[in-house]
Amino acid sequence: MNVQQKIQKEDSMIMQKEMIAGHFENLARATENGKKVVYTFVPGNLNELILAFDMLPVHPEVNALQSGMRKMSGDYIQEAEKFGHSEDVCAYVKCDIGMMKKGNIGPTGLPLPKPDLLLLSYTGCFTFLKWFEILKKEYDCPIVLLQVPYQAEGKITPEMRDYVTRQLEEVVVPALEKVSGKKFDRDRLKEMLALSAQAEDLLVEVWNSAKNKPSPIDAYFGGVFYIGPIFTAFRGLPECVDYYKALKAEVNYRIKNKLGPVTPEGELNDQKYRIVVEGPPSWPNFRDFWKILTDEGVVMVASTYTKVGGLFEDGFRHDPERPLESLGEYCMGCYTNHSLPARVDILEKYIKDFSADGFMIHSIKSCNSFSAGQLLIMRELEKRTGKAGVFIESDLVDPRYFSAANIKNRLESYFQMIETKRPGA
Amino acid sequence: MKVETIIKRCEDLYDDLDFNYVKDWKEKNKAGAIGFMPVYAPRELIHAAGMLPVGIMGGGDNLEIIRGDAYFQSYICRIPRSTIELGVSGRLDFLDGMLFPAICDVIRNLSGMWQIMFEGKYIKYLDMPQNFGAEGRRFYLTELAGMAKAFEKISGNKITPEALNHSFGLYNENRHLITELYDLRSQMPHKVKTAELFLLMRASNILEVGEHTKMLRDYITAISNSERPERDHVRVVVTGTFCEQPPLTLVKALENSGCFIVDDDWVLGNRYQLEPIAIGDKPIEALADAYLGETVATASRYVPGPGKGDYLVRQVRERKAEGVIFAAPSFCDPALLDRPMIQEVLARENIPYTAFKYAENTGQIQVIKEQTGTFADSIKLWGSQ
Repeated sequence: MNVQQKIQKEDSMIMQKEMIAGHFENLARATENGKKVVYTFVPGNLNELILAFDMLPVHPEVNALQSGMRKMSGDYIQEAEKFGHSEDVCAYVKCDIGMMKKGNIGPTGLPLPKPDLLLLSYTGCFTFLKWFEILKKEYDCPIVLLQVPYQAEGKITPEMRDYVTRQLEEVVVPALEKVSGKKFDRDRLKEMLALSAQAEDLLVEVWNSAKNKPSPIDAYFGGVFYIGPIFTAFRGLPECVDYYKALKAEVNYRIKNKLGPVTPEGELNDQKYRIVVEGPPSWPNFRDFWKILTDEGVVMVASTYTKVGGLFEDGFRHDPERPLESLGEYCMGCYTNHSLPARVDILEKYIKDFSADGFMIHSIKSCNSFSAGQLLIMRELEKRTGKAGVFIESDLVDPRYFSAANIKNRLESYFQMIETKRPGA
Repeated sequence: MKVETIIKRCEDLYDDLDFNYVKDWKEKNKAGAIGFMPVYAPRELIHAAGMLPVGIMGGGDNLEIIRGDAYFQSYICRIPRSTIELGVSGRLDFLDGMLFPAICDVIRNLSGMWQIMFEGKYIKYLDMPQNFGAEGRRFYLTELAGMAKAFEKISGNKITPEALNHSFGLYNENRHLITELYDLRSQMPHKVKTAELFLLMRASNILEVGEHTKMLRDYITAISNSERPERDHVRVVVTGTFCEQPPLTLVKALENSGCFIVDDDWVLGNRYQLEPIAIGDKPIEALADAYLGETVATASRYVPGPGKGDYLVRQVRERKAEGVIFAAPSFCDPALLDRPMIQEVLARENIPYTAFKYAENTGQIQVIKEQTGTFADSIKLWGSQ
């Protein structure tokens, strides 16, 4: 690998890190800069709408996962448990509460501002309701609920669309106007949505690049970095589009030169297994987990976790001509808002479209929204695709539930089995 | 009728995991049956279509899980696995449809599993509104209208306003008697044993509403005329049991440990609305308004403003309870995430509490009994205020 290649590959990563760090800096200075702050969740978020009111979003799950990656989540979780939170419940919630109880210092070491508004977008996760009920007791600020209907029948009905749009018009926008002191600027929102759609186009191209052999990306471990800008505070901004242009250029370079993705262990060019992944990563053990798979020559060619903010491969784009309606459709389209049968369909398509050798379900204790039903998903996928799956368990941010040795053993056995099933083996 | 006779009937219904009563009812009435999971489902709509609403609350402690465990990880509560067990063992084949009300992500995903595993049946994830304003009402009306249409198709009966109003009348009467029974227990907890009340509530999941109402009336009459010794127990409210049910042995153990349970939240769907459903010319709207209006507070229902825990405090005050027992199923996110918030309110109100977890097949009753017994003793010794 020459120096030029190395620099080129790291550009988007550097950009992404600078963007995230800049956002946390802005948050730390929000009060002195007179910026209002909205706490809200990642899946199907209303980033463009928040930005259109010149407000700054805080995503509690991002703080939790960042705390996990920085090995701080274990202490935070135990802190929350001291306050009576059960060991049984979602560790993201406990990590957030523990962080708050310990001074609300964000993952970059800078303090996080208190919310001026809690925007409870209840999308794909019942625990979100509870989480913000808890936060509401901690903060003296208004709360507004956007209920996002579940796609139980595998589609968005006109009634569902109408429900979300009406809530946006009649509940959410007035709340944002009140807290921000600004009138809703529909034209500004439209401009942002046009930029969102551009970024979404680019991201879909990045995901589809994994159809190449070798895959130029790792759509799971690498993918979680790719989704940072679009699923958090940047969708709708020009820098978000710039980031995906840079990323796309790097990916194109790798395709042209038949290079694999950059991993912490170096470039993964010798790709022995192409795997589709269902479920979030274990953040405190992210590097260890990635290494276990890299050592086996595994590249993740598609994943569902990277669709947790929203799916774009099905054609959805934010639409400036239908601003609130398309925001509503976005909210309803995030991965965990899809029914179990639809999730099986999505995974089946990934396995086929990305020529996968198999699939891995990483089942995490914290998230019933993801995890309940995954064993049935596994059976269905094996039945439909004839590909074998592997089921491993740990947690999002609770380090007590990650057993590297068990996971390694299970994965090694799994890949041996894949090997024996290969034609000509 | 004797109390023992009524309770024996309830026990038989409780123990019958083949739902023979429902099968016989279907045969006799040549009609369908729709199952529903906790916490709340609009039973009146099913009834108005001439069908039997059947509350499915898992398999309890009498069901051996053979295949159900293969569908769920160890960290997921027990009710979905025993419900799947009931399904895959054919015990729920008699159901013409199944409703999965929005209560948590596990039950929500179970609705999708049911779609995959029991193709061809009517399966409905009931997306209950958490927005209790005009937007939520509008959405819920479309949900109810959709279900009404489906029930008409399954049953072959038109759900007329008259039929729906008639059902409201029957269920209002049933709720009224349940309230009467709960009041009676609070007044005379030594007479109305909680284990009996629990069985009577469980019977409401199975019996046709008119039959259940008669059963309640018979019990109230019989128990009012009975003689049972007074006991030196403390008065407690049990909370957290709204979905996966505690086993009967646990309910008995709580009472035997020195606690009079004077209010609870099990089988909550049969008394969810605090007011009767209005009978009139717009019954579907009345049904929606009854859900959106004055109801019990429970963890699956969003609390949009301040007031979390107020309902429980009111229960404690009105029932003159001396303490609260948090009994939450293991791995129940709604109950367990609610608990610290509510405990904080109780602490502020100087209401003592204790907490434990259970599963519907909990066998380690003795430990819990010792805990609640100690809790009762501490209240007796030091009082509740």
